[in-house]
Amino acid sequence: MEKEVFIKLENISKTFGPVKANRNINLELRKGEIHALLGENGSGKSTLMNILSGIYSPDGGSIMLDGKQVAFDSPKEAIEAGIGMVHQHFKLVDVLSAQENIIAGQCKGVFINKAKMTESILTICKKYGLTVNPNKKIYNMSVSEKQTVEIIKVLYRGAKVLILDEPTAVLTPQETRVLFEIMRNMKREGCAVVIITHKMNEVMEISDRVTVLRKGESIATIDTSSATPEQLTELMVGKAIDLDLERVQVDPALVKEVLKVENLTVLNGERREAVSNVSFTLSGGEILGVAGIADSGQKELCEAITGMMKIKSGKVVFKGENIVGLSPRDIIKRGVSLSFVPEDRLGMGLVAGMNIIDNVLLKSYQNMPGLFVDRKEGRKKAEEIVQRFDISTPGTNQIVKRLSGGNIQKVLLGREIDLEPELLITAYPVRGLDIGASYNIYDVLNQQKQKGVAVLFIGEDLDVLLGLCDRLMVMHNGKIMDIVDPKKITKDEVGMLMVGRRPEGGELYYD
Amino acid sequence: MSWLNAVELFLQTAVQMGTPLLFGTLGGILSEKVGHLNLGVEGMMLMGAVMGFQVGVLTGNPALAVLAAGLAGMIGALIYAVITITFMGNQVVTGLALTIFGTGFSSFIGAGLSGVSLPENVQASLAAVNIPLLSKIPFFGPIFFQQSLYSLSALVLAVLLYVYLNKTRYGLNMRMVGENPSAAEASGINATLYKYVHILAGGFCCGLGGAFLTLVFVPRWQDNITAGQGWIAVALVIFATWNPLKAIFGAYFFGMLRGLGFKLQSGIPIFGHNVVIPAQILDMLPYIMTIAVLVFITMNKKKENQAPAWLGSPYFREER
Repeated sequence: MEKEVFIKLENISKTFGPVKANRNINLELRKGEIHALLGENGSGKSTLMNILSGIYSPDGGSIMLDGKQVAFDSPKEAIEAGIGMVHQHFKLVDVLSAQENIIAGQCKGVFINKAKMTESILTICKKYGLTVNPNKKIYNMSVSEKQTVEIIKVLYRGAKVLILDEPTAVLTPQETRVLFEIMRNMKREGCAVVIITHKMNEVMEISDRVTVLRKGESIATIDTSSATPEQLTELMVGKAIDLDLERVQVDPALVKEVLKVENLTVLNGERREAVSNVSFTLSGGEILGVAGIADSGQKELCEAITGMMKIKSGKVVFKGENIVGLSPRDIIKRGVSLSFVPEDRLGMGLVAGMNIIDNVLLKSYQNMPGLFVDRKEGRKKAEEIVQRFDISTPGTNQIVKRLSGGNIQKVLLGREIDLEPELLITAYPVRGLDIGASYNIYDVLNQQKQKGVAVLFIGEDLDVLLGLCDRLMVMHNGKIMDIVDPKKITKDEVGMLMVGRRPEGGELYYD
Repeated sequence: MSWLNAVELFLQTAVQMGTPLLFGTLGGILSEKVGHLNLGVEGMMLMGAVMGFQVGVLTGNPALAVLAAGLAGMIGALIYAVITITFMGNQVVTGLALTIFGTGFSSFIGAGLSGVSLPENVQASLAAVNIPLLSKIPFFGPIFFQQSLYSLSALVLAVLLYVYLNKTRYGLNMRMVGENPSAAEASGINATLYKYVHILAGGFCCGLGGAFLTLVFVPRWQDNITAGQGWIAVALVIFATWNPLKAIFGAYFFGMLRGLGFKLQSGIPIFGHNVVIPAQILDMLPYIMTIAVLVFITMNKKKENQAPAWLGSPYFREER
């Protein structure tokens, strides 16, 4: 049965300076459907949805709601029309409670009637199968709790269209399943649900129809049941891509212990143990994956090894030498390299306002003789990196923050690899990257592994971690839950370990 | 007169001296709670002080004088708001410029006003009154409720502002704007409108604070009559951790310190010696206390006591 058309976007265009983010995009949402918006990074998915939710105003095109043309000048008007969006970076106020975040901008009357508000929030929760503690402060919440608050916020506003921007990027497999259940409940209530994603298995699992965007244009809209992952990938990337991850074999002669971490304990800024009593080894020619929900001590572990954070107790032995207490600069000189991609991509490692050349020089200038910085050499190096990693930029003089997210990450990783480290620590290198770019980066990691580099890979996507790594270390709350063999463990079992639950039989998966 | 009466009288003066500070602090809170650090408090106070006095002299109408004072502060705030909200200018620079502008503006308007005295009826209607019942409370009654209605209105305003911030939906929306304007907008709040309204209201408060000096406390016009009280108010906003009720305490406390300053200049007898504490030391006290409070709130990390998260940053909806 053909469902009723609810929203129709016609010829939507939007430009940011020289960047054409959306070019004549057409999209049609029906009542009671889950519609996946699939596209690589920078293909204009988020821009399009930000236009629909009133945050950006389009340069051209029209939005039809129930057959009538509408124009949203602000999010307020979109909300009133029943459109709600859960943003990739949550729009919540930390110091307020869940309830305050939910009702802000919405209550009638002058004074806030707390009891009545709580009641209506709990009614919504019951209707869609959500759980939340209305009085809990946001800063005490886990990522998935925050997401729940965002969803309730949208439902509380009476949304008939729910837009979710990359909602599963930060969730464990179990939490994802709960989210999908909520989405199906909404669908049953007659809402239109839009999920922005680039994970193919999710598109196949949850959506009824899928629209593929590429380089700011809508390529096709297909019924999911008649589509294959290969076909969708091809539509999305514009060419066929091999989606299989390869666990490359390395010359056994290269495999010798490079890093040994013993009973490492690190305190965070609030003097709590961010990493507690962590021990593991890492050999050359090996990729050791690290899985864990956000803030389980991954960042602190990276920073402790590279000397950026003080170590409370324990040893970090690099090629037989204890490097605890050495300055970051000395540790870099010994061949340890860190590329950490934070959530906002620019927080660590690169200086947003400097160009590619200067960012490349940031680490290597120390090895230059004399007082002055030799930019010629830096330019050469930057050009090499741009070419080798296929970074799309008008030139090496481009300010880094003007590049797209994927290209920023390539600059960072490229610089680190260019230093030819023996230990490469990379955290979230594909965060927010499209499929093509991600697979490029996996290839780079595999190349490094084959060269005999020891790779510590802190990742988010469990499918990738399981497919790429030789061993997988699961962290929870600063502790190592287990180090498992990715060939023998399932995604669900890793998900359990990530939330601190150990399967029956304790260290069953230890290899 | 017993020592108790002396203390009472001293504290009564402290409340008066704290009144301009309290107005200024409330103005600062209003602005900072929507995320705008306004260093122009001193300037807006001076604008209010001179306009209030001028209109008082011209019309002989106390209500018009007070209204003119508030509006003058509000015009200062409007300049600041247009630059920092609409044009997303740097808040620190704009605030400083506003203070410099306000100082110059007040000197210009006030050039012919020195030596002029306020009409009797204006002075009389703003003089101290006994509030029925409340002023009969032993000790506290005379301190807080044997005051000019002008002083009292600051106290009432602080309490109202506290209720507004914490109990009403406008207050919730306003806090949201100061913490995260993009979250506020996504919730359907018109962040720009909230910013304008509250920054302008803040300017009105600052104007009232300045005019208290020229209409009630002194009551004359002198060049630069606020003498840095606007800056103390900026510090008091932090001291009060953006809480209007704590601002009452802070403003009166610093009012007392200022009062103490006048007393101590003539020296106090300690063990038979007349010890003179230089007034400069006492002038430093508010700032030293503020530094101590800043250190303390950074140390204790209680999230609720921190500055609004977006304070000082411009907001542009289509930022990428």
